[in-house]
Amino acid sequence: MSPLRYILEKEFKQIFRNPAILKVIFIMPVIQLIMLPMAADYEIKNINIAVIDRDHSAVSNQLVQKITASNYFKLVSYDNDFDAAMESIENDKADLILEIPKNFEVNLYNEKESKLFLAVNAINGVKANLGAAYLTNIVQAYNADFRIETLTPGRFTEMPIIEISSSNWYNPKMNYKIFMVPGILVLLITIVGMNLSSINIVREKEMGTIEQINVTPIKKAHFILGKLIPFWVIGIVVISVGFLIAWLVYGIIPLGSYFTLYVFAAIYLMVILGIGLLISSYSENQQQAMLVTFFIMMIFVLMGGLYTSIDSMPIWARWFTRLNPISYFIEVMRMVVLKGSRINDIAPQLLIMVIYAIFINTWAVLSYHKRS
Amino acid sequence: MNKNAIVVNNLSKQFGQFKAVDDISFEVAKGEIFGFLGANGAGKTTAMKMLCGLSMPTSGQASVAGFDVYKENESIKKNIGYMSQKFSLYEDLTVRENIKFYAGIYGIAPQKIKDKTNQLLQQLVLEKEADMLVSQLPLGWKQKLAFSVAIFHEPQIVFLDEPTGGVDPITRREFWNLIYDAAAIGITIFVTTHYMDEAEYCNRVSIMVDGKIEALDSPGNLKKTFNAKSMDEVFLHLARKAKRIE
Repeated sequence: MSPLRYILEKEFKQIFRNPAILKVIFIMPVIQLIMLPMAADYEIKNINIAVIDRDHSAVSNQLVQKITASNYFKLVSYDNDFDAAMESIENDKADLILEIPKNFEVNLYNEKESKLFLAVNAINGVKANLGAAYLTNIVQAYNADFRIETLTPGRFTEMPIIEISSSNWYNPKMNYKIFMVPGILVLLITIVGMNLSSINIVREKEMGTIEQINVTPIKKAHFILGKLIPFWVIGIVVISVGFLIAWLVYGIIPLGSYFTLYVFAAIYLMVILGIGLLISSYSENQQQAMLVTFFIMMIFVLMGGLYTSIDSMPIWARWFTRLNPISYFIEVMRMVVLKGSRINDIAPQLLIMVIYAIFINTWAVLSYHKRS
Repeated sequence: MNKNAIVVNNLSKQFGQFKAVDDISFEVAKGEIFGFLGANGAGKTTAMKMLCGLSMPTSGQASVAGFDVYKENESIKKNIGYMSQKFSLYEDLTVRENIKFYAGIYGIAPQKIKDKTNQLLQQLVLEKEADMLVSQLPLGWKQKLAFSVAIFHEPQIVFLDEPTGGVDPITRREFWNLIYDAAAIGITIFVTTHYMDEAEYCNRVSIMVDGKIEALDSPGNLKKTFNAKSMDEVFLHLARKAKRIE
């Protein structure tokens, strides 16, 4: 019988005997997968708006009603004093100020033109940007309504109206959960996998058992495989639990096949665990390994394309993300879950992962020295 | 072939400017109980690690069980047992699981592992504790178990690095009985210790001071040479010359 069998037996026993590890493996991902997609929402709601209405006309009233009826905005002050509105921005009570000038209605009827002033609190850039965009949309829609109501069609259509109507392919309702849940699942198995594997070898170093292993005729590849396989199995289990939750809680069933996802996940896990083992074999103690893992994870996660779009990153960063395994899996996840891509559609990403896995794990085996 | 289990010639290990082991030479005969003494920091553990293939020598030659330490270190590993200063069984595995794991990676057949494990548990009077986690055993028992695991695969030589540190006198005596049993079946014993009474149990002892071997002979001859009543006196006489501070 191969010594590998004995190593695996030992690793599995140790894993299942450690109650902390079991919690990390099963309970944490479940909680996170249920909690995070609800909270990590791209839609911005509750934008606080301060309106300065110097016109107090029927039109200005209507416009304000349109804005507050949209569900995106919360009217925090309705005043005719700019200083008071500015103060609410300074106190962080308002995100936007909309100023409706005097004679707004009159100008609109007589001159066919009127101006609005919009001031944005850009401390929370995302909120401010989106808020301004939403508001512009509302005003435009109001503008269009106004024309239809007041102008006789055909006679005074000085300006052609161009309207863009968009349809969202692959996610028609733009349900951000369909978009976030698979991505968060990728992050979860990455965090679990890399953390567990990175503290593993180093734990043997701390306990001194590594020395006892090193005086045996154990083969380096056996040792590394013995460390890799158990976490690989755990990774596959965690991702299966994740798929189950995605289906039960969010009703997400991949358009493509689970088989394709598992094939990719299998290779992907080899990469992640290999990186973990590599960190472990270069670290002196568990703290060191955890710190390095945390640092790498943070870069991987933030530059993985889940929270920000890779296409809008600067060129150097886009090059950098090509080294980031997370970005490949998130891409593949979305392709398979939303678009129904098949295995030959994801072949390029798969090939890169295979090369990555071979490279990292060869390095991990080579970096493990039985003799110093 | 060779009647020596270990042959060391001018072996050195240097860490930067520091010569941990400085040009040592000695031989250990097959079946011998060889005591490797020295104060803390004298270089005993470093020397032992070089012989076990855990540490690469800087210069000099050495062969263990007939294999060269530079090129054939993996062959050496098949033929030696090692018990490090740090306790090295898995605390979160049971007694039986520890034995099975180490025996397994030496490639012993499953049936033989089973039979020999039962025999060993009986011998150590650990049958009741066989399925207890090692972390629950008292230190002395752990040490005896660690030694038994180190010789489970019947190596030619076993290296013991301060195996009785922190253990009570009765357990130490029992431990030495195990060492004698192992020597009786032909296993060469290479042991470091700080207890001078244990040095008396050895066939021959060497005393290391500042990385060099200052004396090497049987305990009786050493006492004669240094005109001392006990090994304690011999050791103090030599170790006081040490310039290294820990």
